[in-house]
Amino acid sequence: MLYIVIAFLWTSIWLYLLLGGADFGAGIIELISKREHKSKTRHTMYRVIGPIWEANHMWLIIAIVILFVGFPKIYTTMSIFVHIPLTAMLLGIIARGTAFVFRNYDAVEDRMQSIYNRIFVYSSAITPFFLGIIAASTVSRKIDVGATNFLSAYVDSWLNSFGIAVGLFTVCICGFLAAIYIIGEVHSSDDRQHFIRVAKKMIVAAFVAGGLVFIAAHYEQIPLLDWIFGHWIGSLAIGAASISLIFLWISLSKNRAILIRLLAGFQVSMILLAATYIHFPKIILLKGGASLSLVEDAGLNKTIEALAWALLLGSIFILPALFYLIYSFEKKKGIAH
Amino acid sequence: MDDFLAARSQMALSLGFHIIFACIGMVMPFFMAIAHYKWLRTGEQVYKNVTKAWSKGVAIFFATGAVSGTVLSFELGLLWPTFMEHAGPIFGMPFSLEGTAFFIEAIALGFFLYGWDKFNPWFHWFTGVIVGISGLASGILVVAANAWMNSPAGFEYVDGKYTNINPIDAMFNDAWFSQALHMTLAAFAATGFAVAGVHAFMIKKGKNINFHEKAFRIAAIFATVAAVLQPLSGDISAKDVAKRQPAKLAAMEAHFKTEKEAPLIIGGLVDEKANEVKYAVKIPGLLSWMAHGNSKATVTGLDQIPKNYHPPIAITHYAFQVMVGLGMLMLSLSIIYFITLAKKRSWLRSPWLLNLFILAIPLGFIAIEAGWMVTEIGRQPWIIYGIMRTVDAVTPMPGIVYSFYLFTAVYVSLSIIVAFLLYRQIKMVGRIYDI
Repeated sequence: MLYIVIAFLWTSIWLYLLLGGADFGAGIIELISKREHKSKTRHTMYRVIGPIWEANHMWLIIAIVILFVGFPKIYTTMSIFVHIPLTAMLLGIIARGTAFVFRNYDAVEDRMQSIYNRIFVYSSAITPFFLGIIAASTVSRKIDVGATNFLSAYVDSWLNSFGIAVGLFTVCICGFLAAIYIIGEVHSSDDRQHFIRVAKKMIVAAFVAGGLVFIAAHYEQIPLLDWIFGHWIGSLAIGAASISLIFLWISLSKNRAILIRLLAGFQVSMILLAATYIHFPKIILLKGGASLSLVEDAGLNKTIEALAWALLLGSIFILPALFYLIYSFEKKKGIAH
Repeated sequence: MDDFLAARSQMALSLGFHIIFACIGMVMPFFMAIAHYKWLRTGEQVYKNVTKAWSKGVAIFFATGAVSGTVLSFELGLLWPTFMEHAGPIFGMPFSLEGTAFFIEAIALGFFLYGWDKFNPWFHWFTGVIVGISGLASGILVVAANAWMNSPAGFEYVDGKYTNINPIDAMFNDAWFSQALHMTLAAFAATGFAVAGVHAFMIKKGKNINFHEKAFRIAAIFATVAAVLQPLSGDISAKDVAKRQPAKLAAMEAHFKTEKEAPLIIGGLVDEKANEVKYAVKIPGLLSWMAHGNSKATVTGLDQIPKNYHPPIAITHYAFQVMVGLGMLMLSLSIIYFITLAKKRSWLRSPWLLNLFILAIPLGFIAIEAGWMVTEIGRQPWIIYGIMRTVDAVTPMPGIVYSFYLFTAVYVSLSIIVAFLLYRQIKMVGRIYDI
């Protein structure tokens, strides 16, 4: 039963990265677009993502509920020592979620729109940036449960070059996912060319940020290279991701919306796999060599069992409905609303 | 302000904000479903317009409720890590089911909001109904989790250890039903009166009367039925609290001395030092009757409870008075409305009745906030009643006071923007729907 729960946890994080990531990415692309492309991006993304917008962010809630029910020690350790970036991320979530609705549901279009837009695009970048920082803090061995002063307990745990690099990398990944997604959604060839250029830029940016992650890891004495290439799964995942990147680059210019989406999704999945598999079942590496593990620090059997059943039961309802939602709006895309 | 107080204030603020959006988000879909149904049945365009206008409100409230709810799921840990470490595995069941219900709600909302003219009309209608049902289920599940804090169940607490955990028993704790019933009715009454009042205001202004009258009728019937049922559910809750949480009941009533034939204390000024209530109206025996169904019964007073386990008395008492008082006002208005419907339909357009509904706009929500203060403050000093004190659950991180200021600023500005958006929605009804 424990492994069912862990599988759900991983799947939620994975889907949040892919779907929520593309969603954040839409705002990031809008942020970096020149004025003449901003509204095109905005309208296309609204049309495509609107119906599944709320659902994309549910994965985060599912993941957090699994953590606090099934793995309370992991949840509370993070809550205490990574409090500050978690709060920053939450403020980003509030700002982004409300700005999205405000700009689409304000009955009057006036200069308020530009305020909503500005809030939306900045929070679209800030939120995944802090998500990346939080993710980095789990493996950087900087969380010190024995710390005695404020800085070492609550700031050094997350504020370092590795965290910042992973944050930037996450932002680039989100932008990359959105750019790839949007290519298949625009119809005129000018727009396509534009978004292909954006996608290429995002790939280069992600590549650079990925390099930064390795440099920062080296600087912070985090043996990232050993972790990833020390195990065949890690090497294979990163290898597969790199090869598919080449395919992706080639396929970009051809009219293959589904293929490039699959390739992009595959890549990001491989990166997540490599990043999470290395330490499994450990999930948080603490300062001084101790760690928290999904297996050893799981809740009691009875709780895990109830949680697993709740998740299985939930997925019977959720997955078909979600699939049908995505499918039907994909099919009815052409019809104006 | 110390960090403990800041943490409590931040939690109270976040919940106080979320609760309004959650209530509207879970009740409005039912109003919508009725209007939508009428449109499908009668083909009258005005019902479609009402449905669409409301659905925009729902989208705004749902999204705001969803993000503030997401924030809460993190805040539980950010502010009360010790509580969550022990409580998470025990009372997590309703949260995991709530995750499902909430997810379904989000999916159904996607179908509903974006599915106009794209699906079979009845399927489209049905997705709206699902939004309501799953929203209601979410609300009930979350309240069940809160009820567990008032009425811990599903574990044994021996030598500071939580053993023999049973998440199902924890979910169906003794308080879940009475709390869920009370909260659900409150949500319907509060949202109903708020919506009905806004439409009453527009009717009075003479704008788009047909539209606003149709909308008013739907909201008003939900509001008034809920308001009439609410005292009954309040009675169930009072007896429940008397049995399980005598300290809370005593604080609600500012009932200092244990006595037989205890009087019901209405209003008055609480003097916590002198252990008395000044200038209050006292009705002999009524508290005994309310708490135990027998006007001669003994009601435990605060004198039976060690001083360090007293909740803050004055504020709990005042909040309770506000809740009950507003409940009575809404009950009276409901009775007037029923008389209007049954005997005096000419009153429906009379300014005084519309004025009463306009005045009632905020009442339900003030009552809800007051009710939450009663249940949360009345449980203090406990976070898990009788098991863990709130002060032992708070995060060790200092500086929470800044986080509190930050969240206050955010929630205050969000409230202003939402109010502003609603104002614009309502103002634009005539132009958007071309009537």
